Amino acid sequence: MSDKPVLVKCLVWDLDNTLWQGTLTEDVEVRIREEVRTAITTLDSRGILQSISSKNDYDEAWRRLEEFDLTQYFLLPKIGWGRKSDAIREIADQLQFAYETIAFLDDSSAERAEVAYHLPQVRCYQAEDAGSLVTLPEFSPAVVTTDSRRRREMYQATFLRDAERTSFSGPDADFLRSLELVMNVERADQDSLSRLAELTARTSQMNATGVRYSENTLRELLDDPDHEVLVATMTDRFGPYGAIGMLLLQMYEHVWHLKLLVTSCRVISVGVGTVILNWLSDQAALSNVHLAADFRPTGRNRLMDVAYRFAGYSDEECSCLAKIGKASGQAEISSLHLIPERRIPPTTMRLVTPQLLNMRTLYAI
Amino acid sequence: MMAEDKTPTAAAITENVLHFVEAKTKSSVWPDADIFESGLASSLFALELISYLEKSYLVSIDGDDIRLDNFRTVERMTGLVLRLKGLAVPHDVG
Repeated sequence: MSDKPVLVKCLVWDLDNTLWQGTLTEDVEVRIREEVRTAITTLDSRGILQSISSKNDYDEAWRRLEEFDLTQYFLLPKIGWGRKSDAIREIADQLQFAYETIAFLDDSSAERAEVAYHLPQVRCYQAEDAGSLVTLPEFSPAVVTTDSRRRREMYQATFLRDAERTSFSGPDADFLRSLELVMNVERADQDSLSRLAELTARTSQMNATGVRYSENTLRELLDDPDHEVLVATMTDRFGPYGAIGMLLLQMYEHVWHLKLLVTSCRVISVGVGTVILNWLSDQAALSNVHLAADFRPTGRNRLMDVAYRFAGYSDEECSCLAKIGKASGQAEISSLHLIPERRIPPTTMRLVTPQLLNMRTLYAI
Repeated sequence: MMAEDKTPTAAAITENVLHFVEAKTKSSVWPDADIFESGLASSLFALELISYLEKSYLVSIDGDDIRLDNFRTVERMTGLVLRLKGLAVPHDVG
């Protein structure tokens, strides 16, 4: 049984006499203590989302938060007159977070009791503890990555984007183009490893083999000159998506072995996998090497099989396939083959990528 | 709803698939238009097409039949279905 508490993924703040000193409807002025402001920005930088549950008039309360320059930190604020346990349940459900990962901060013992009664898994804190929350283990994730620091932005972007897509009436291709998507493919660094390990473990549909790679394994591969560990991140005009794809390549003289391709289900309808495969084909064509891609049917990843085959990979034989090693203990993995060609750049997104020139081929000339 | 039809005609298949593609892409499409050229080259869309054809016509689309060329236009998809059901009219032989 682990001693580590469950990490808080979202803290819900009360406003009157909690976030600010004073009661909006009664006091001439309400003020924010410096330690509260620090708590908000610190939790935000740790990737802990924040929301609001307050019994107030929405417009007045939100205007006051705007004057404090704090509105950007709060997602899905519930400011109105209903029960706080209902508000918190809505927040958790909309974020798709388990109730045990939600924390609630309120000066009123009656409100805390109401929430504790209806949502016993939610952890309640007293208002005077606001300044010291950041020292508690449940608010202190062990690892803070680039994606954690941007987590709030990513959620905000998702809400805006989804709302826009629902109300968009034209062809889907036009909607995609209107997003102004930019995908960056880069060589992974230490910072991306935990996110990449998570991608290999949690993605099932756009996952070529279902083989999981731990952070340690990925760290060793990062240092190995024969391997390329690439991470794809994406942004659009609403904001960042974070890391949404990964490639693991082993580079041989005449063939590149794509041992794993994973893309996040969040971007499944955007065609990321196809764009990556077309780029890889283009790079391989420039380097005059063949491509071999591992695939293992998992019962959930037919989508990846389709992506590979639509990119031109097939079951054809080739002598280069004899040269690539088989992952030990993974008997059902087959290698699809492609003689790559130059490909035109994507039309639905801008692509920023490294050069994967085959160094051995270069020096052999 | 489609009635169970063991020998669909090319025209019927084309019309059916056309409706599906137009509904999915929210745009109008000619039977011979390259539906993947506009940048909708998403494998999700491709999988939806494959699943639709498999369910509607009780065929299995596997291995090297899963190729962009077979799905590039509604006409090509009609041809694929006819071939898989053994209903294709052979081209000039010899």
